[in-house]
Amino acid sequence: MATDNLAERIPDFNSQGKGPTGGPVDVSALASLRRAKGFKEIAKVLLLALFVVTLLEFILKWTHTPLYVFPRPTLVIKSLFHDFNSLYRASLFQTIQEFFVGLMFGASIGLALAVLVTLKPGLDIFISPYIIVMVTTPMIALIPFLMLKFGFGMTPRVIAVALASGPMVMINSATGFRRTNAELIALGKSYGATEFQLFRKIRFPFALPMIIVGFMVGSIFGLLTAVGSEMVGGGGGLGNRLVYFSSLVRMANFGAVLVLIAALGVALYSFFTFINRKYASWQV
Amino acid sequence: MTQATKTRISINNVSKIYKTGSGTVDAVKDFSESVKDGEFVCVVGASGCGKTTLLWCLSGLHPSSSGTVEIDGEVLLAPMPNKIGMVFQDSNLLPWRTLMENIVLPFQIKKKPVNHVLIQELLEVAGLQGFENSYPGELSGGMKQRGSIVRALAQDPEVLLMDEPFGALDAFTREEMNLFLLKIWAKTQKTIVFVTHSISEAIFLADRIWVMSPRPGRLARVVDVNFARPRHIDLQFEPDFISILKGIRHEVEGSKVGKGN
Repeated sequence: MATDNLAERIPDFNSQGKGPTGGPVDVSALASLRRAKGFKEIAKVLLLALFVVTLLEFILKWTHTPLYVFPRPTLVIKSLFHDFNSLYRASLFQTIQEFFVGLMFGASIGLALAVLVTLKPGLDIFISPYIIVMVTTPMIALIPFLMLKFGFGMTPRVIAVALASGPMVMINSATGFRRTNAELIALGKSYGATEFQLFRKIRFPFALPMIIVGFMVGSIFGLLTAVGSEMVGGGGGLGNRLVYFSSLVRMANFGAVLVLIAALGVALYSFFTFINRKYASWQV
Repeated sequence: MTQATKTRISINNVSKIYKTGSGTVDAVKDFSESVKDGEFVCVVGASGCGKTTLLWCLSGLHPSSSGTVEIDGEVLLAPMPNKIGMVFQDSNLLPWRTLMENIVLPFQIKKKPVNHVLIQELLEVAGLQGFENSYPGELSGGMKQRGSIVRALAQDPEVLLMDEPFGALDAFTREEMNLFLLKIWAKTQKTIVFVTHSISEAIFLADRIWVMSPRPGRLARVVDVNFARPRHIDLQFEPDFISILKGIRHEVEGSKVGKGN
């Protein structure tokens, strides 16, 4: 139906989407991986991981694989502990900082825009094309241009992270807001709820699972952009270390940086999965 | 019963036209009727005959295209949260709130103190005591719908508008809900307008039935139902009940759009 005005719409609520999942960027499947149950299962998972790493270690050892082809896990782990303070800590914190500042800006603007297009549906058609362009274009491509303007420091990277994560948050949140069951809105209106009350008490909680998914995808894109832009140019950060160590063929160090980046990604994923379980568990 | 003669709702020549992409739809046309205080009116008709639209016009959620609705002599222009309570086909309990938090929601919206005494009384009649802290996902369909009726009645509205509230429930639960509704109606003496597509449900519940003809939705017939109250569930097997049922059924069948679809 073309109109968003409740009063001018034929009541046909059964055809409305009832669930908040789905949409242009639907990774709700990401958030619903089964969690290990009990100590025994966790132990099994960890044991398998240990076995895989050990196996890799021995295969590399037996085949006499040179270090520059593939670093042995023990060397990577050793370097990770031994050189953490001297080689990795500053870079890790710089990447984390770029990522968080960028995500904060991007996500707040994205969320604000999502609220705006929900309350003023007419604006959607003007804003959405830009959002689509931003979602589909890799923001790392802007780094050379941003560096011309903002130099070699953190600023261009923060901007790129914001541009990469914001649209993801916006597009998912807007989808969540828009899918709010029309009958629930009618219910609120029948009790005399103001537009703000409808938003706070019905639309926002209803959209929360989608917003969390938006943050999850947004932060994954954000991390990708942060590391990617560090690889493109400028000083510091884990991406920069990747390029540096690989150019010197210091593969144990390279592997250690890779492990740190992976750890960051998994930590983000776990964090948002936890948030999703805690605040959006009703969705099931 | 001097109260019973007072008119609660009066509907004067109400029409509702929807604008759609492909033109206009006359959903309700020239509808005039009135509901007395404490009366139980059911609206029946074939699907798509505009009965839900009529109810939404009475709720103030859909302004009528022409004509007026008056509640206690006051022209209805917007929802009247203190006078009208609404129950939908879906229970519409917010899934992230417990039953009690759902019942309290309208109080929060209106920024009114919560009437715990009334809520407890209603929960008892609804058989929902002990489920206050359950989430809707943990309740059965019938319990959810009883919860939504409690939510509406906790506001102590004078008028209760019900839009096929038991349409999604199975036949047995539905009978149970009908008995529950009559019990709570006898206790609270609310004025009820109840939309349903089940003619027997309408006869079982109502004092009066408005039969609507579809496209445009007009009032085809008004049927008085004079069975004594409290009504027993076996009433539906009485010959008088069946003859009313047959009469309304013919009316609805005969007026169906594009007969035989």
